[in-house]
Amino acid sequence: MKRIGFVLAMVGVCAVTLLGSAQAADKEPYRIGALFAVTGPASFLGEPERNTAEMVKDMINASGGINGHPIELFVYDTEANATKTVVAAKKLINRDRVLAIIGPSTSGTSMAVVPIVNKAEVPMISCGASLKIGAPVEKRKWVFKVVPGDDLAVRLMYDYMKKQGIKKAAIMSVSTGYGISGRGQLNKLAPEYGIEIVADETYGPKESDLTAQLTKIRGTGADAIINWSIGPPQVVVTRNWKQLGIPIPLYQSYGFGSKRNIKLAGGAAEGVICPVSRIVIANRLPDEDPHSPVVKRYKALYEEKFKGEVSVFGGHAWDAMFQLAAALKAVGPDRARIRDYLETLQGFVGNNSIFNRSPTDHVGLGKDAYVMVVVKDGDWAILE
Amino acid sequence: MDSISLGSQVVQYIFTGLTVGAIYALVALGFNIIYNVTEVINFAQGEFVVWGGLILAVLAESLGIPLFFSFFISVGLVSLVGTVIYWTGIRPLRQPTILTMIMATIAISIILKGLAMFIWGKDPYAVQPFVEAPPVTLWGAYIQAQTFWVLGISVALVVALTLFYQHTLTGKAMRACADNPGAAGLVGISSGRMILFSFALSAALGAVGGAIITPITLMEYDRGAMLALKGFGAAILGGLGNFYGAVAAGFLLGLLESFATGFISSSYKDAIALIVLLGVLFARPQGLMGSSLQGDE
Repeated sequence: MKRIGFVLAMVGVCAVTLLGSAQAADKEPYRIGALFAVTGPASFLGEPERNTAEMVKDMINASGGINGHPIELFVYDTEANATKTVVAAKKLINRDRVLAIIGPSTSGTSMAVVPIVNKAEVPMISCGASLKIGAPVEKRKWVFKVVPGDDLAVRLMYDYMKKQGIKKAAIMSVSTGYGISGRGQLNKLAPEYGIEIVADETYGPKESDLTAQLTKIRGTGADAIINWSIGPPQVVVTRNWKQLGIPIPLYQSYGFGSKRNIKLAGGAAEGVICPVSRIVIANRLPDEDPHSPVVKRYKALYEEKFKGEVSVFGGHAWDAMFQLAAALKAVGPDRARIRDYLETLQGFVGNNSIFNRSPTDHVGLGKDAYVMVVVKDGDWAILE
Repeated sequence: MDSISLGSQVVQYIFTGLTVGAIYALVALGFNIIYNVTEVINFAQGEFVVWGGLILAVLAESLGIPLFFSFFISVGLVSLVGTVIYWTGIRPLRQPTILTMIMATIAISIILKGLAMFIWGKDPYAVQPFVEAPPVTLWGAYIQAQTFWVLGISVALVVALTLFYQHTLTGKAMRACADNPGAAGLVGISSGRMILFSFALSAALGAVGGAIITPITLMEYDRGAMLALKGFGAAILGGLGNFYGAVAAGFLLGLLESFATGFISSSYKDAIALIVLLGVLFARPQGLMGSSLQGDE
């Protein structure tokens, strides 16, 4: 009997020692789910998002976890496929029993899981761009979003165009979800800024020559061209614009925000104006910009770890992970209280500007989520 | 404020159409070269264009080899790819019926596309124009210098191909295989070698198309399928197997697309090729200039 007591005491001592040294490792981990399009057509979103989410998890765990609880991250590849995303979301909720979900990467897959998380009452922070992911809030009780909507980028762009005295604009857009969404906002918001849309051209995502569209636009007497696309056509249109010697300015969507596009356009990009996220111009941000520390830190960490250029998209995962971490730190592992925390999140500084959420706004961003820039000497220059 | 007269617009549409049309014509010619010897539609034809452009981009831009040499090395390498395809994908087929061969070419096109993605990634690649020159102004329209290279090289290729088929022994042997493989075999022409040759030749043709168009349009790994579709449309439109038909139809298709963009809407541009293809299949299945299948060359 005495002996058993001694053994028990020893076990107790060992346990206490282990507890002290391991810190984060002993408390029950917080389980977080992630749905990213790591492969497939949207892998340019999902891959940096997955990398970033894993990186943030490692950072938090290395510094002792959240109140001593390590994070356990369950990542599923959605391949940007709605069916696969739904299956993975159900797995995360029922089998992995996660506290909250980050992602999905795309708008379509995000919309597909909205009813599931609402029914299961699991908070979700989507990395998709569509406005419909976060609104109407009555039907999005458990859904939040970190990506600023197209409306914000369009408003900032129109603000600037109005100051430049532009009255007639010609729209060109790609016939994918990205282009359709941007085109919708461009057409919808133009009257508010006194801008008349004189041409509205769409083209396929594999378009290799846009001189015909540009020629048509020249015949309309437009003051400016707005192109809304991602991928090769936005470079092709830039080259064609320069080759045809068109004297009116070319505006591009925030999708143009990568140094690679300037390089591919081979000098033709000089003078292109576009809204970009702060991460794109991290090196040029003045120190007094409140986003500067977050954006610069993320860029440095990501580029050191993954040896590649940081992208806007990874920044979404960064914002989502840290918002969730803040919620867990404040309220602990309780889904309903995490949701409430996310809904009232105030003054959170992320890569996508400063978040101020409310029960009527599950995004919480303003048009200052973007910055207007012009391409000058092969690099971005901030426009006032 | 900028505007352009209708006449200048038309000139612009014509040159845009001819540039794109030249590539459709080269792809259509590639289809015909293989079709005439084997009666197979090689659906990997568009991938040759992609590979030609991407290899040129690596050689000229990344490795800094002079454009002139890069061009020929790229065409040579893609032509080699064409022969490898024949050796590994077509020749080993146990029962080489036309249908199984066509299926094999579809598989090959998927493999080539996948390989291109692994080698070059998903980003587009750019190549500088063959000669740095300002655009030429023609009746108020701006024509890029590269456009003249595209048109010139395409026309030169068509002339060279014609001479090759009419005046060289190999060319005549290939025509013989197309006319009557049995009889060609009896007079000592190896049909296997002619098929191999047709793959190499059509791959080279596709590579030239890719190399001359990349300075204008950029190139990325997954553009092959659309090019193959448009080129196939041109080949059918001109009459399958008919070389002049293919060239004329390629240019016609390019012009149709360009004018449709200008005067109707760019949303319908890609539909034009398919509508024309369907229309021809319904109304005149032998093509505008007659198919080689009908024997009215």
